[in-house]
Amino acid sequence: MTTPNLVYERPEAFTDAPTHYCPGCTHGVAHRLVAEVLDEMKVTDRTIGVAPVGCAVFAYNYFDTDFVEAPHGRAPAMATGIKRVLPDRVVFTYQGDGDLASIGMGEIVHAAARGENLTVIFINNANYGMTGGQMAPTTLPGMKTTSSPNGRDVETQGYPIKVSEMLSTLDGVGYCVRRSLHDPKNIRLAKKAIRMAFETQVRGLGFSMVELLSTCPTNWGMTPVNSLKFVEEHMIPAYPLGDYKVSDAIKQIKI
Amino acid sequence: MPKELWKGNEAIAEAAVRAGLEAYFGYPITPQTEILEYLSRRLPELGRAFVQAESELGAINMVYGAACTGVRVMSSSSSPGVSLMMEGLSYIAGTEVPAVLVNVMRGGPGLGNIAPAQGDYYQAVRGGGHGDYPRIVLAPASVQEAIDLMVLSFDLAEKYRMITMMILDGSVGQMMEPAEMPAMQEIRRKDFKWATNGAMNRERRILSSIYINPPDEEITNLRLLSRWKEVQNNEVRYKEYFLDDAEIIVVGFGTAGRVALSAVREARAQGIKVGLFRPITVSPFPFEALDQLTGQARAFLVTEMNTGQMLDDVQLAVRGRVPVEFYGRTGGVVPFPDEILNEIQRINTAPIAADSDPRNAWLMRMTAPHSSPLPEGEGAKR
Amino acid sequence: MAVKGWIEVSDTYCKGCEICISACPQAVIELNMAQLTPKGYHPAHTFKDGCTGCAICAVVCPDAAITVYREITKVNTPVTA
Repeated sequence: MTTPNLVYERPEAFTDAPTHYCPGCTHGVAHRLVAEVLDEMKVTDRTIGVAPVGCAVFAYNYFDTDFVEAPHGRAPAMATGIKRVLPDRVVFTYQGDGDLASIGMGEIVHAAARGENLTVIFINNANYGMTGGQMAPTTLPGMKTTSSPNGRDVETQGYPIKVSEMLSTLDGVGYCVRRSLHDPKNIRLAKKAIRMAFETQVRGLGFSMVELLSTCPTNWGMTPVNSLKFVEEHMIPAYPLGDYKVSDAIKQIKI
Repeated sequence: MPKELWKGNEAIAEAAVRAGLEAYFGYPITPQTEILEYLSRRLPELGRAFVQAESELGAINMVYGAACTGVRVMSSSSSPGVSLMMEGLSYIAGTEVPAVLVNVMRGGPGLGNIAPAQGDYYQAVRGGGHGDYPRIVLAPASVQEAIDLMVLSFDLAEKYRMITMMILDGSVGQMMEPAEMPAMQEIRRKDFKWATNGAMNRERRILSSIYINPPDEEITNLRLLSRWKEVQNNEVRYKEYFLDDAEIIVVGFGTAGRVALSAVREARAQGIKVGLFRPITVSPFPFEALDQLTGQARAFLVTEMNTGQMLDDVQLAVRGRVPVEFYGRTGGVVPFPDEILNEIQRINTAPIAADSDPRNAWLMRMTAPHSSPLPEGEGAKR
Repeated sequence: MAVKGWIEVSDTYCKGCEICISACPQAVIELNMAQLTPKGYHPAHTFKDGCTGCAICAVVCPDAAITVYREITKVNTPVTA
């Protein structure tokens, strides 16, 4: 495959299927980073993915690994079931913010609290993409969605949930960070974080999650490029990037 | 193996272990919690997986995940908890993976109470989760039968890639009876062609209940139905008592069937030609056996601990050819054998029209001021 | 001398989202308005010289549509004593 001239090519852990995501949606970037990490760690063959309900419902079509498709929000429970009977496999869930932070809040919190050796890729794009852009738990105050047409009014619709901050309080969590996919530098940092999360898992160092600030150009009503600016200017101030929890054992990992 | 004294719930748990249970996921709820407690000790000591989940939703989805890997996995719960599991059960059915669930039923609806009841028959047999799907439902009436059916549950679930549910109630779950355990089965992970357990040099596999193209979902539903036909042809189980010359046939499952047996014995002692038909598989229901018995029967008496759910299935089998009568206690009340004996005696002496509505007639008797078995005055009030 | 590189954009995957265009440090990518992908998008392509093969376009691409190559420059073997 590789030629001496090659600098970058599509990861091997990807199937040949083109994704169903809208043009410019950073779900695709997140997928690609996961696939690159699986390639680097040479674990594709023993990885089992758990797809969510939401835009990433068809994630199983894109990774060249075994995959199951969970009920809405229940991916961490399904992943727990898989990992507990196959502890030597690499198990990850890929979940959006409606899936993880709304209907699946119970499952994610308890999987984290139990310190399940799972990796969770959490896509925060501040709305329900698949159903057409409704308000999510992560929707910013004042942000217009199809179910908060006048902008999210925190008096009646509550405040955004900061998942990484919340989960990092749990002792079962080994690695919990927030990254963004809005520019090349941050994408590289995101990939490094995904690698660390999977390293956390294969070393049995507890629950690992990478929250990725992501775009939804279609439902935000912006071009893909403007969506990236929106992440930088509006999402990051509300959801600060950073390492919310990196256990001492994980700090020692050199990759 | 020699007989030992076993408590129903613990016997179920140990029988599952001996059948090769590799993982259990559950949530405490009376009257089944002993299953969870027993396995919380037993499974870790064997190096197998036990997780007390955050909810029944969590538990059933852990079962779903483990089931996708092809291991023997189960959960147990009681009525309100099983209601919470319906989402997962539908997904498990749609994904065609084997899973075993025990429902130690209690009085309902709602929070109800923790006393023995059979109000979840419809939920177990007919409905539950969304969509078109069949499931196997077994109904033991004793601790020994619960042990035997527990082992069978895993075999059937695997054979047909189908949910197998065992429904019992707190009286079987909590009672202690002498029973014989099966020998310990070795864990042999089968090489299922569908299991998602890590590709390991084979073609990758996907397990999902999603068929975004409606014709594909239709084909899937027809496949499930064809498999169900196989189950109906091969797996119907029931027990017959004193049926050879019986003219009145009592039909009851689980605890209601067991109480009815005492009544039938007493009625026989009084010279009444009565027998008992006790379905063990309430799904697939023994329609054919009941159809054949209709030829010899003068009347059927269905006894249940609900307001007449299996009654519908018996009526479907009998098809109006002879009268079907009903006697139930509900909400966690267990009938005494005398109550059922009274019904047998009534049917034996008073002719009943074949077209009477058994549930209505029963409701009238239950609420009539003089004949009601309810506490003094209660019948009239309702 | 600047490093010379080139990219190949897959018609199968490119959705013409333009993220690579805005990310390219050399500003050598644009949508090819003369071409349509099978899905009906105008795919990205390099329209002038200057690609260094830095792969930033591939890093930001949501569809893993870009393969990046770089010309191998001969490195003079240092003479050692």
